[in-house]
Amino acid sequence: MRELSQHILDLLQNGLEAGATRLELDIDDDEQANLLTIRVCDNGRGMSPETVKAVTDPFFTTRTTRHVGLGLPLLKAAAERCGGGLTIASTPGKGTEVTATLVRDHIDRAPLGDMAVTLMGVLLSEHECDLVYRHRQGGEVFELDTAELREALDGVPLSHPQVRPWVQAYIREGLDGLNGAGA
Amino acid sequence: MPKVKSLDELRKLRDQVKDDISTRIETGTTIIVGMGTCGIAAGARETMHAIMQELESRQINAHVRTVGCIGMCSREPLVDIEQAGKPRVTYGNVYPDMVPRLIEEHLKNGHVVDEWVVGRKTTDDIGL
Repeated sequence: MRELSQHILDLLQNGLEAGATRLELDIDDDEQANLLTIRVCDNGRGMSPETVKAVTDPFFTTRTTRHVGLGLPLLKAAAERCGGGLTIASTPGKGTEVTATLVRDHIDRAPLGDMAVTLMGVLLSEHECDLVYRHRQGGEVFELDTAELREALDGVPLSHPQVRPWVQAYIREGLDGLNGAGA
Repeated sequence: MPKVKSLDELRKLRDQVKDDISTRIETGTTIIVGMGTCGIAAGARETMHAIMQELESRQINAHVRTVGCIGMCSREPLVDIEQAGKPRVTYGNVYPDMVPRLIEEHLKNGHVVDEWVVGRKTTDDIGL
């Protein structure tokens, strides 16, 4: 995958496929510590310790539609090649937390890329789910809580054709305010 | 940077669109984009973005939905178009530069782009 935001979309989709009703995404872009940390937390069905050990094997998947599961192995490889790593914590029945840490200025670090479109990919999912997104960069924070948006919409779906462009523009505007997020 | 968009603006938009929701849901068009790992790696997110831009620029009120992997990984990005009373059509290997023609021919002119089709599902097939 060319952008970290594509890996992030994949992680969020994993949460949706696991039946999550709430997803949390934290991106901490810490220039001083020279670290980029991505954390995705879901309240889906969770995994047993045996499954957690197996999920970074590309030939393991819980899906029945195919026999490989490349998402987490690809992210693990992307993190490790940038001097970072991947940790997975999961509790059956409670959910899963995946954290990827990458050395920010590593020559092999992929750009974060288009986070606004990544988030739209989740908000338009057939599995409706609340998403809390916090993006910290240079002492600034952009926070999006879809529960707030849904409350304001009072029954009108976030995916409504006339609402959808507004939501995407709202996210873009918030990220632009972080001076360079998405670059 | 001061925020231009606000939740008040969203509430105003809600009031504008509330009246036509039921009509649109019952009779409208839904475009479904596969967003499993295979789809994302093949560029499905960019295809979805191109679809949203094309719909917006042509002012077409169609829903866009994302779904997980359905197992046809080699044909990703997969795009389904579902319209009330018509067979659901699945297009394979749909890249952003193909989107304007897809929207023009399928949505505007009502013609299926046969050379890109990988499957069709009638309402009988899906139990409706």
